[in-house]
Amino acid sequence: MGNGLKAWFWQSAPIPLAAELHCPGGETLALVGPSGSGKTTILRCLAGLLNPAHGAIACHDKSWLDTAHHLHLRPQARRVGFVFQDYGLFPHLTALDNVAEAVPARSRTARRARAREWLARVHLAGLEERLPRVLSGGQRQRVAVARALGREPDILLLDEPFSAVDRATRERLYREMAELKAALRMTTVLVTHDLQEASLLADRITVVHHGRTLQSGAPADVVARPATATVARLVGVRNLFTGYLRRFQAIECKAFIAWGEVELEAHTAVPPGAPGTACDWCISASKVILHRRDRPSRGERENPVRGEIIEYLRLGDEVLIGIAPYGVPAAIIRLTVSWHVAERNRLGLGETATVSLLAAGIHLMPVESVLRTVPDQ
Amino acid sequence: MDWPALWLSLELATWTSLILIPAALPLARILAWRHFRFKGFVEALVALPLVLPPTVLGYYLLVAFGSHAWPGKLFEALFGHTLAFSFMGILVASLIFNLPFAVQPLQRAFEAIPLSVREAAWCSGLSPWRTLWRIELPLALPGIASALALTFAHTLGEFGVVLMVGGNIPGETKTVAISIYDRVQAFDDEAAGMMSALLLAVSFLTIGMVFALTGRRVAPHG
Repeated sequence: MGNGLKAWFWQSAPIPLAAELHCPGGETLALVGPSGSGKTTILRCLAGLLNPAHGAIACHDKSWLDTAHHLHLRPQARRVGFVFQDYGLFPHLTALDNVAEAVPARSRTARRARAREWLARVHLAGLEERLPRVLSGGQRQRVAVARALGREPDILLLDEPFSAVDRATRERLYREMAELKAALRMTTVLVTHDLQEASLLADRITVVHHGRTLQSGAPADVVARPATATVARLVGVRNLFTGYLRRFQAIECKAFIAWGEVELEAHTAVPPGAPGTACDWCISASKVILHRRDRPSRGERENPVRGEIIEYLRLGDEVLIGIAPYGVPAAIIRLTVSWHVAERNRLGLGETATVSLLAAGIHLMPVESVLRTVPDQ
Repeated sequence: MDWPALWLSLELATWTSLILIPAALPLARILAWRHFRFKGFVEALVALPLVLPPTVLGYYLLVAFGSHAWPGKLFEALFGHTLAFSFMGILVASLIFNLPFAVQPLQRAFEAIPLSVREAAWCSGLSPWRTLWRIELPLALPGIASALALTFAHTLGEFGVVLMVGGNIPGETKTVAISIYDRVQAFDDEAAGMMSALLLAVSFLTIGMVFALTGRRVAPHG
């Protein structure tokens, strides 16, 4: 299992990079970000397919890259298992030979025997002699995973490995990947643009944007407490707003923010700035509580906000609601309620609704422009 | 039927293919995957024999092979006779004018191998040699066969350059294409007709084979 992976890369061109990664041994790290954010570039740097201008990689205490000492190991000399987005299977070799090529044994018989075991492990027993072109998308992905593992790598690198298959296959592959992960305890770096996929498979996520790593942590922590509004946007936080910090009560760990004409109370140990300064804040949709019309709801006295329903979208058994709060121009609070709750409360476009924004769920962040000016001072 | 001429043509085509294809492989591979300055210039130089009049190419080769130019001098010093009007001379000429027929199909074949397949080979621990042997060459095989067939057939039929550089010496430089011309000049229509029909058949078979091979590369997907 070893000590895991530590790496940093910096360059200004051709692709700007300012990345720092850490993945403890045996854990899975997901690089999350929109397409074109530089996730794949970082993965290719780890594999040695790209050499950044400056950087270092230490994998299980072995140095793979150290630009300061002109050390650049070739991909063959780094023990990586790489699953490419299009799998990169050798089209003229059978599934078995695809895997056997990567197995580091000496004799052909031993290589093929190991390859057979790996194929069985990814549920492909019986398909050893098939060429990649006659396999389904899911089967090709499994061959690619078996080939990557067949190399007995120190680290497994997965580049959007689930993006080329249909939804049903993807869910099955998620389950299989989770099983493999539990059984092998392999240090893994997964690139994905899908936060749900990252939450499902990764122990930690690192948010990447424009080649820059912005925040790392457990998936739930990053989503609940994004460091900046950009991170919040990248991890799909829907309720993201700007307000002004009015005052901070250190003993009760309470901050009060002005949001248009509304004052909100937030629980925080550290204020995002001095009173009077602007701050970004967000709240997860699950911490927005709809008031029932017939009887009081839980937490009803906490930050009640009234507004008009201006978005109403039914998605199966759920309804996506957007409320424009009175006194706060151009803001929309979004929440999801079940269809029967919406029916019972006679919700609909143009209706008035009241919600509570739970104080413990409000997360305050310094405004980014302020953050950016700090290093120049 | 001029059997010695046909035999000489086959010998020339075989030697040209055997020397040119291995030599063209590394060049085609570099042109397919590397980006460097003057790449366009090198590609144009390789393609030049396609458009250059054979007599022009033949003229320059004849000048270069002469005892006043350094390549000619060097060859004479090494082998004791000039390159011009010899089998070796038409072989060198044949290697040059067949360059595009060998390099271009190979270059297309290497370009068709996805980068991820080669990168997957490196990340699977395959050395550059093993990647070449196990992955690149098998995948480029249709292109190699195309290059072989085109070079072979084109050498059989080449007339202008061979006549300029080699003249018309029976058993040394008189190829089947020159023999056809010779027979027509001598009003021997029967021999000219037979040899022409043979070259037509060989050319048609070659093109058919090239089409079949390049077509097969597209078909498997889907």
